[in-house]
Parts: sequence; structure tokens; C-alpha cells
Amino acid sequence: MNQAEWPLWEVFIRSKQGLDHKHVGSLHAADATMAIQNARDVYTRRMEGVSIWVVESVHVHASNPDDSAAFFDPANDKVYRHPTFYEVPDSIKHM
Amino acid sequence: MQVAPSDTTALSAYSPEVRQHLFQYVLQLADTSLILGHRLSEWCGHGPILEQDLAMANIALDLLGETRSFYQYAAELEGKGRTEDDLAFLRVATEYRNPLLVEQPNGDFAATVVRQFLFDTFHFHFLQQLQTSSDERLAAIAEKSWKEAAYHLKWSSEWIIRLGDGTDESRQRLNKALANLWRYSGELTTPTATEQALQTLGIIPEYTRFQEAMTAHVAKVFAEATVPVPQETYMQRGGKEGRHSEHLGYILTELQYMQRTYPGMTW
Repeated sequence: MNQAEWPLWEVFIRSKQGLDHKHVGSLHAADATMAIQNARDVYTRRMEGVSIWVVESVHVHASNPDDSAAFFDPANDKVYRHPTFYEVPDSIKHM
Repeated sequence: MQVAPSDTTALSAYSPEVRQHLFQYVLQLADTSLILGHRLSEWCGHGPILEQDLAMANIALDLLGETRSFYQYAAELEGKGRTEDDLAFLRVATEYRNPLLVEQPNGDFAATVVRQFLFDTFHFHFLQQLQTSSDERLAAIAEKSWKEAAYHLKWSSEWIIRLGDGTDESRQRLNKALANLWRYSGELTTPTATEQALQTLGIIPEYTRFQEAMTAHVAKVFAEATVPVPQETYMQRGGKEGRHSEHLGYILTELQYMQRTYPGMTW
């Protein structure tokens, strides 16, 4: 018997129309078709979703935690990048 | 989610004889889903991989939901005050009406997949037609369960293809399972006297109506699996008339243990 593990896949679920697909977890599957079916069985048992994306985990490239200081700290003191310095007219709702 | 009870006038529209046939037949549908659901639940915690363990448990739960709808309807048809639990847990083996296929042991994963595929092929096409039944309750249950059956068929068809067109070992196991189980497939579409009576009245579909679609689906899946469709024509039967293999007794012993030991027990 072939003991090699099936590759790992990352699963993204859209909970309802109009929302983004959100990462929910990962699973093993032999190919994309099986990954989507497995995702259906593992992650949408309680009506969590209306659409599934799967991506083989090897194709996800992540930032290196060692770089986090250089990557993210410089944004800390740049409040002017937030669009919070405008006067919003009263008639505009849902901003 | 359960299908709402029929109003009693709908039931009284049937003659006592038809009502008796319908009661027996609805029991057959309920028993079939119960026994297959129980068989699948035996995989829980023993699946070849976590994802498939869950897949089989999901199918088992779908079947159990369908089972409840049918037993509830059967209890109303009988009208003797028995409940769904009485019907599921307090009858003896010879009163069960499930076809022999669904009581066959799980065996290895290939055997479970073959048993499921043969059942799903029938179940899917049957429920599709049952939605147009003149009996509103059966039509409503069929409508709900058909969507589930469509997924089951997708799952088992996919696995027939993977096992057949997989490794030497998976192919060999698939062929062995087919050699053991094919002979139980014919009973599903061979009507009993009860089924014939209901078919004549248009309450349930003639099985010949979807035989061609079933054969075409099997041929398509087997072609993709690069496995020849078995040519064996001798078919086992008897389960739908209460003549079961030894396996059913063992299943019921486990299934009925709680109700037999602690009568009337509830969770």
C-alpha cells in the first residue's frame, strides 16, 4: 500500500453572497475535486457556506515572521494614512 | 427538519387495503435507510482518513433523517398508536423490509463504496420520480431527500472511479467487492406484490421508468473507472419480503439494545 500522504489544501468559504471567501482551515486530498468534496463534508456541515475555494498549500507563499518588525512596525505611527480626517456630511450613512 | 404530518383526511382517502400496502411500503423505505445509515455509522472513528470518516458520517445522518420522516409517516398510516421509535427499535428481524444489499457488512472501504454506489444509483433516480407521487407526504419527503441523494451519488461515483482507475490494489479490491455485491443490486428494482399494487395506483413510480437512466449512469461511471460492468444476471432477493441474511440479526441486536434493555428510555 502506498503510504504517501495526500497533499495539504487550504480551504476558503464564502458564508453568503456578497461576502469574501474566508480562510477556514486545511485538509488532505488527492486532487482539487476531492479537496472541494472533502471541504464540503468537513467545513460546511452547519450551513457555513455558499461557495468553496481550495488552494494547494504549497502554492501559498507567506511572509516570514522574522521580517515582521521591518514589514509592519513602520505603519504604526502613520495615522494620516487612515481616511479619518474628513468631515462626513450628516446625510451620508453607513460610512 | 421534518416533513409536516398529513392532515387526517388525506389518509382516510385510502381504502384499508391500500393503506395497509402503503404502510408496509413506507416501512420498507424507512428500514432501508435505517439499516444502511447504521452500517455507515459503524465506520465512525474507523474511516481511512479523517475527511472520509466525516463524509460517511454525514451520509449516515442524511439517511437517518430520511428514516425518521418515513417512520413517522408509517406510524400515522398504521394508526395504532405506535411511534417512530417503536417501529425502528421494537420489531423483529423478519418484520424488516429492507433489501438485502443494505445489510451487507462494511468489509473494506471498496466494499462500502460499491454497496453505497449501487444503492445511491437507485435511490437518486427513485426519489427523483417519487417527487411526482400522488401521495403528497411521500412527494414532500422525496423532494427533501433527493438533494441529499444527489450528493451521495456524486460521492460514491467519484470513489468508484478513483478505486477502479487507481492502483493495482484498489482496482483488485473494487473488483472483489463487485463480485460479492453485484448480485444484490437487482432486488432494488424488482417490485414485490406490495410495490406492484402501489405502482398500479400511481402512488409510487414504475421502476422500469428509470431503469435506463440507472444503467446509463452505471455504464458511464464504470467506463471512467476503466472497470467492466459485471455481467452476472443471477440476483439475490428476499429482504423486501422479510427473508434476510444472518447479518440483519446482528445489526438489530446492537441497534435495539438500549430500547430492549431499558424500555421507553429517552435521551
